[in-house]
Amino acid sequence: MPESIVTISDLQFSRGEREIFSAVNLVIPKGKVTAIMGPSGTGKTTLLRLIGGQLVPDRGDVVVEGKSIPALSNKELYISRKRMGMLFQSGALLTDLNVFENIAFPIREHYDFPETMIRDLVFMKLEIVGLRGAYKLMPSELSGGMARRVALARAIILDPVLMMYDEPFTGLDPITLGTIVSIIKELNQALGMSSVVVSHDVSEVLSIADYVHILSEGVVAASGTPEELRESDSEWVRQFLQGLPDGPVPFHYPASDYHQALKGGSL
Amino acid sequence: MRLSKTTEIMVGIFVLLGFIAAFLLALNVTNLGNLSSKQSYDVKVYFDNIGDLRTRAKISMSGVKIGRVSRIAYNQERGQAEVTMTLDSQYKLSIDTQASIYTAGLLGEQYISLEPGAEDEVLKSGDVITLTQSAMVLEEIIGKVMVNLTSK
Amino acid sequence: MILESVRNIGHKTLSIFQRVGQASIFLLHILGGIKSLLLRPSLIVQQVYSAGVLSLLIILFSGLFVGMVLSLLGYVTLVEFGVEGSLGVLVSLSMIRELGPVLAALLFSGRAGSALTAEIGLMKATEQLASMEMMAVDPVKRIVTPRFIAGVFSLPVLTAIFMAVGIYSSFLVGSIWLGVDEGSFWSQMQANVDFQHDLINGFIKSFVFGVVVMWIAVFEGYHAIPTSAGVSEATTRSVVYSALAILGLDFILTSIMFGL
Repeated sequence: MPESIVTISDLQFSRGEREIFSAVNLVIPKGKVTAIMGPSGTGKTTLLRLIGGQLVPDRGDVVVEGKSIPALSNKELYISRKRMGMLFQSGALLTDLNVFENIAFPIREHYDFPETMIRDLVFMKLEIVGLRGAYKLMPSELSGGMARRVALARAIILDPVLMMYDEPFTGLDPITLGTIVSIIKELNQALGMSSVVVSHDVSEVLSIADYVHILSEGVVAASGTPEELRESDSEWVRQFLQGLPDGPVPFHYPASDYHQALKGGSL
Repeated sequence: MRLSKTTEIMVGIFVLLGFIAAFLLALNVTNLGNLSSKQSYDVKVYFDNIGDLRTRAKISMSGVKIGRVSRIAYNQERGQAEVTMTLDSQYKLSIDTQASIYTAGLLGEQYISLEPGAEDEVLKSGDVITLTQSAMVLEEIIGKVMVNLTSK
Repeated sequence: MILESVRNIGHKTLSIFQRVGQASIFLLHILGGIKSLLLRPSLIVQQVYSAGVLSLLIILFSGLFVGMVLSLLGYVTLVEFGVEGSLGVLVSLSMIRELGPVLAALLFSGRAGSALTAEIGLMKATEQLASMEMMAVDPVKRIVTPRFIAGVFSLPVLTAIFMAVGIYSSFLVGSIWLGVDEGSFWSQMQANVDFQHDLINGFIKSFVFGVVVMWIAVFEGYHAIPTSAGVSEATTRSVVYSALAILGLDFILTSIMFGL
């Protein structure tokens, strides 16, 4: 196992009455692409927020680059976050700024660079996502795929060590999807960024991930390289990876007996 | 973040409009225009009874407003009400000026009316007017009338 | 049953206290952003445009009509006693002490406050605020503070414009249409309206209303439930609470400033 960038140990977190994680233990290695998978509602996005320090766990620890995130002061947390990048599902571009200003936003907020330098940095990142020509557009003029690429350029503007992708493949056409997959791979290989990809798009994830953790019912249900998981003899893992409608994960939400319900029994 | 020129101009106009409005209000609507532009001096008057006289009441000379009441207090040594009048410097009053408290109209506000005296010497800031006539109090007037009627 | 309702009251009370506490901490957080904001005045200028300039039209028109109506109503009453010369006093005192600060604040909360709540609520719903946090930018200091400060600055400016437009429009109606003597209109006004006692107090009111309206607007927006229904509820709450707060505070301020 290579050196780790994120170590999560015995993590427990609940929202209101609902327990999302009961005891999660996982390690994200440095310089690799790690995928976190699981059925919807298993708290994959929540896990990213816990790593980014936007949520505080009820118990357990999240260590990023040797620092315990829940224990950091606000100031230290902000310093740590400058070394993280996060791609949000919706893109989360600032609607009152154009593409150029959106990408320049983190630089302008944190550094007092000369305008020519900001320009070079922004155009470099725009070139990576292939949208240099669109720098003047407003977020409302972008398609969903373009918005996500712009958001990606913004997320990597400060050259983070840890890059987190929240559902980067959802709702994209095949061509944009291919672009995003290759950008994630490229960023990881060329710049050595450690990446965490949260997704439930099995085939894309398995094609780029070095390690996969599958979450289910508040714990890590399975971990390993894509090959290991494909050959897993766990029925559950097979059901998830092959997308079978029924299996250990039931198709039906827990309910009373169907025939009884139809006959007027309690729901 | 860079601002568009129109935004900056509009904000400039907005702030300017606000200042013009505040300026107009201060000078044209309030008493600021009347007072600050002119020099004034303070003179004290003692009355036995000031009735309903209040600060900022008008002080008139032959019906012309020449100042206002700036302070009212009770002077314990003299056992009288001490009224400080702020008067416009352009009006010089002789030292034997007489001050009376009158009521504007039947139910109106009370004000101080000054009657010019004959002396050549004029009042300076901090001086005291000694010839005074207190406010008419309705009960006293009725009392006097009653006494007159019964004594006849 | 009784125990249940008592418990309910207790629960409601506690949640109100909690909300007030939350709002106070939030205000401190907002004010904490002022220092860094002073280095970037362009952020405030942009927001003065959204809060102030865009509210200007409604303020101008309302001021115009309120002034004209006051003039008509006041004249009808005053002329019966033969003191229509006091029209200027009546209009200017009501404009400066009460109607200016209160109406401008109510209009401002409807125009700028609600827009602000919706804007911040939508930024939350579309994860813009969360993404800022992840970019190590404090969204309260970067987004909320400039809007708050710009709003608190804009309302007194709008109020001054409202008062001036109202008084001048009432003068036009009074002197040109109703034939009130121009001289007595202005001279009586100047004799009876005090700079400090009336005008300054009117602006103090306006400032207080500005703080309260902006505080409610940004708090409701920032703590809105991040869905379209949640944002629309927050916007409604922002306007309703602002209106209640303005009227309630106005009573308290008036009784301190002008009562007795």
